[in-house]
Amino acid sequence: MFSLSRFLAVMVKEFVQMRRDRVTFAMMVGVPIMQLFLFGFAINSDPKHLPTLIEMADEGPITRAILMGMKASDYFDFVGTVTGQAEGDRALRDGTADFVVVIPPRFERDVVRGLNPQILLAADASDPAAAGGAVAAISGIVTQAMADTLTGPLKFAAARPPPFSVAVHKQFNAEGRTSTNIVPGLLGIILSMTMVLITSVAIVRESEKGTMETLIATPARPAEVMLGKILPYVLMGYIQTIVFLIAARLVFDVPFVGSPLAFFVGFNLFIVVNLALGFLVSTVARNQMQAMQVSFFLILPSILLSGFMFPFAGMPGWAQVLGSILPTTHFLRLTRKVMLKGATLTDIRPEMLAIGLIMLVIVTIALRRYRQTLD
Amino acid sequence: MIEEAENAISVRGLTKIFGDRKVVDNFDMDVPKGSIYGFLGPNGSGKTTTIRMMCGLLTPNGGEGQCLGYDIRTEPDRIKANVGYMTQRFSLYEDLTIRENLDFIARMFGMKGRRKVVKDALADLGLSDRANQLAGTLSGGWKQRLALAACLLHKPRLLLLDEPTAGVDPKARRDFWDEIRALSAQGVTVLVSTHYMDEAVQCDFIAYIAYGKKLIAGPAAEIPDMIGLQTWRVEGPNLTALEAELRATEGVAQVARFGAVLHVSGIDAAALDKVAQAQIAKGTHSWTKQKGGLEEAFIYLMTGVRDNFAINGPANGPAAAEGQA
Ligand SMILES: Nc1ncnc2c1ncn2[C@@H]1O[C@H](COP(=O)(O)OP(=O)(O)O)[C@@H](O)[C@H]1O
Ligand SMILES: [Mg+2]
Repeated sequence: MFSLSRFLAVMVKEFVQMRRDRVTFAMMVGVPIMQLFLFGFAINSDPKHLPTLIEMADEGPITRAILMGMKASDYFDFVGTVTGQAEGDRALRDGTADFVVVIPPRFERDVVRGLNPQILLAADASDPAAAGGAVAAISGIVTQAMADTLTGPLKFAAARPPPFSVAVHKQFNAEGRTSTNIVPGLLGIILSMTMVLITSVAIVRESEKGTMETLIATPARPAEVMLGKILPYVLMGYIQTIVFLIAARLVFDVPFVGSPLAFFVGFNLFIVVNLALGFLVSTVARNQMQAMQVSFFLILPSILLSGFMFPFAGMPGWAQVLGSILPTTHFLRLTRKVMLKGATLTDIRPEMLAIGLIMLVIVTIALRRYRQTLD
Repeated sequence: MIEEAENAISVRGLTKIFGDRKVVDNFDMDVPKGSIYGFLGPNGSGKTTTIRMMCGLLTPNGGEGQCLGYDIRTEPDRIKANVGYMTQRFSLYEDLTIRENLDFIARMFGMKGRRKVVKDALADLGLSDRANQLAGTLSGGWKQRLALAACLLHKPRLLLLDEPTAGVDPKARRDFWDEIRALSAQGVTVLVSTHYMDEAVQCDFIAYIAYGKKLIAGPAAEIPDMIGLQTWRVEGPNLTALEAELRATEGVAQVARFGAVLHVSGIDAAALDKVAQAQIAKGTHSWTKQKGGLEEAFIYLMTGVRDNFAINGPANGPAAAEGQA
């Protein structure tokens, strides 16, 4: 027999404690916002306006067209010129420039003669991700510039190398803005982190402070205690999500094109999974410190293997397998589908199924480990 | 159940193993209804563990028993509803106020007329005007009183108090015992663990545990006889030198100093008498034979837990005969 009054008593108590524990409270509200801004603004895997130097051994209309095109792409900011390879290399090494564009001597003449001369784009590829977008864009820019310039009698030169253009067509995120992709993913990370951490700490705190003994010595049922303790944090998750969605919309201009119902259902499922996980952590950890450490240990694979940091398809097989057993992986897909691709409830069935399965496993283990005594 | 009629607690062969350590070993205990039962033993002897098993907080590895007529293995919920358990460590919420704590406990026990119950408890405590103070800011003595008030809220028939007076000043301890006696007079059974000897004297019954084994148990007044300690009272000059000499003497089990008096005790009466006669012959001190008291008995128990006891008492039986090596 579940006693509603005892359940409410625990919940009220938990709210009062939450209100008095300023640090935790600030963390629950502050951490999501901080992360949102950190990841949303600071981390950009498709950076633009990269400092670029030019080594011009020739000059002419084609060259100018190419440089104009590069500048217009927003990837390259021309910050100066160099007069030899050594100077260019030095600039790349000490980081004053990310790119050096080398226009070889007699470039204009060779183009017209159809000798297919090469423009060299020396890139600082120490962070391949940072330079990737710019490098991918360059050949398109050059081809376009040539096509624009080599008109009239010079048209034959342009046609000699099969005219190709690298179309960089980024679906669902046409501008290639990282934040559009990262922000919905971040919701999963933040929710998972705070839910697991805070539930496990809240439960372990009772054992550490000895108050669990008082609780167990009353006739309260485990379900009353656990639900009463957990529900306030569900509410917290709701608040976090609302704050998050508003910020995503207003600050990062992230669209929400899918079905709110689909989002709501998937999101609740995800919260429950994380609460169960926090609960499981609390049965393993002996004190709050350990609970915190285990929670952080658990969040790490969620950040690395869920497809949040690195594209899921690009990961090796074993990492994909590991990633598939993380609830965050599926929630990530779910939010991206719903927010960016306009998915409805039926579209997210595979994700919900996966999260449901994971939940079943976690809840089963957690309940088996739960002790109604102090043993 | 016959036992239920007379005993609030009756357990047989309770055993608890943590890892590969037997923390409580084949423990028997009978707590008569309405009595104040003292549960003594040094730190780490297994008192807390035993009490937790009795009220369903720990599952025994072996043994059985009843508490207020309910089986300790199968009916922990009923036991919890009728027992007031005061933990050794303060275990109310330090970040809740006094009123919030009492209110929470009252709700957990499903009390009717909760507001009034809490209000009365606050008035009894004399804390009505500080009801909104955080429990964590109370002094040790007040915390202890609050904890007692909390476990009395649901009017339990049995109180389990685990070292309730540890770290509390003497005045607060006296007040606390006055309250215990008042409760006992109302018919509440009290099992109280302690390692203060002066508190043992206040109990009707006493059990002494060491290394998880019960060494002795019985009515407080009978304990000295059960141990069979022979005692001589010694008065005179230069007691310190004499004390050292006697300690090294064969046949003397213990020398305890009470102010200007020595209590010299031994288990073997004949051997001790021989020592006494030899000393009396010297004529430096006055030696008088007296009945051993509880104090000596417990000093003896506490210092001699490694000894093997040969005790024949009504309530302790053979278990007490096996000491620890
Ligand atoms: N949960 C536990 N796990 C392992 N050992 C324990 C546990 N609880 C108590 N012990 C050990 O059991 C012994 C008896 O402890 P306890 O019952 O608290 O003694 P007391 O209350 O008489 O001081 C101690 O040595 C203690 O370290
Ligand atoms: Mg103890």
